[in-house]
Amino acid sequence: MIAVLALLAGVLLGIVFNPTVPPELVPYLPIAVVAALDAVFGGVRAKLDGIFDDKQFVVSFISNVLVSALIVYVGDQLGVGGQLSTGVVVVLGVRIFGNVAAIRRHLFRA
Amino acid sequence: MSDREDSGRELPVVADPAGDEEPTVNLDREGSPDPSISGAPEEKSPESVPEESDLDRAESAHSAPSEESAQSAPSEESKRIRRPAPAGTLIWVLLALLGFTLVVQLRSNDGDHGLASARQEDLVRILSDLEAQDARLLADIQNLEATRQQLSSGVQGREAALAEATRRSEELGLLAGTVPGRGPGLEILLDRVKASAVLNAVQELRGARGEVMQLNGSNGAAVRVVASSYFVDASGGGIIADGVHLTGPFRLLVIGQPETMRTALQIPGGVVASVQKDGGSVTMDSRSLVEVTAVRKAAALQYARPVS
Repeated sequence: MIAVLALLAGVLLGIVFNPTVPPELVPYLPIAVVAALDAVFGGVRAKLDGIFDDKQFVVSFISNVLVSALIVYVGDQLGVGGQLSTGVVVVLGVRIFGNVAAIRRHLFRA
Repeated sequence: MSDREDSGRELPVVADPAGDEEPTVNLDREGSPDPSISGAPEEKSPESVPEESDLDRAESAHSAPSEESAQSAPSEESKRIRRPAPAGTLIWVLLALLGFTLVVQLRSNDGDHGLASARQEDLVRILSDLEAQDARLLADIQNLEATRQQLSSGVQGREAALAEATRRSEELGLLAGTVPGRGPGLEILLDRVKASAVLNAVQELRGARGEVMQLNGSNGAAVRVVASSYFVDASGGGIIADGVHLTGPFRLLVIGQPETMRTALQIPGGVVASVQKDGGSVTMDSRSLVEVTAVRKAAALQYARPVS
């Protein structure tokens, strides 16, 4: 519940301050957000599984964001940033789907 | 995978790869019965906290769920130390950060239509497209400008030619006597004079740059004096000018510079002197506006043709 409140607080902060994205972060921010979403869904699933762990969640969250941003950065340096970020999004999307499917099984038994 | 764990072993982030594998591990667990696997690490973990990393590595080596140890270690730790785990607050911070960046990203995607977040090669492609379009449109503009130039210059040329022709026709009409004229000049009254005196006066006025002339008789007849005009003494008094009988005294209207013409008529031995010697009289009035209303029909030339 506190986690949901924290998420809402972040959303409110973003709405209130309405900052502009620095140009050098522009290619990485969407990927990082998707990676963080993946981590959050993984955390929700772990919670439902009863195996949620604070430390693991934090570490997976941060590492997901950093690794995805790093992949996109390397792709940009190699000149295949667009394709590589697409690939990262696909992989993260598959994982999110898997996690959501598990959550669904937990919630609806189906 | 195991290399990274080795390198990260002395650091607290040793669970990083394990966290990465979280969903796959969960999938594995889903396939296999949970309690049997999760039970085993829980027994192990309470032994010692510092050995957690070793545990992690050993377990991930045979791809067993590594998170159980990670999960059980802090729970055991919190049991011992009785204070909120720092990871808990970190979670809130991270979630707040996620919401923040989510909103920021949505906003920035809303605002610009993807151009600011577009990649360099896309931007280059868009730019080159726009430049090609720009070049095409510039060429179009040049073509249309050239066409407009042609058309307007044609119109201007026609207009100029028309104005010139109108001006010339007016000039020639004034000279040929087909157009009425007005302007500053003299009104000369000739009394008791012969046709030769009238002719002299007309010649003198022409020499003094009188431009348009008209001769009125007292009987109301008027004759426009042009290059081909002639004056003959009539048998019963008066004169015949261009076939029209005029009775004296005559009124000669002339358009030109009044002072010059007056001087020309008054020179010693000139028109005024000779008329007065023959018993006639000449009176001259300067007028700021003399109206020459008499016109003649344009004479079609029968023989002469222009050279060009």
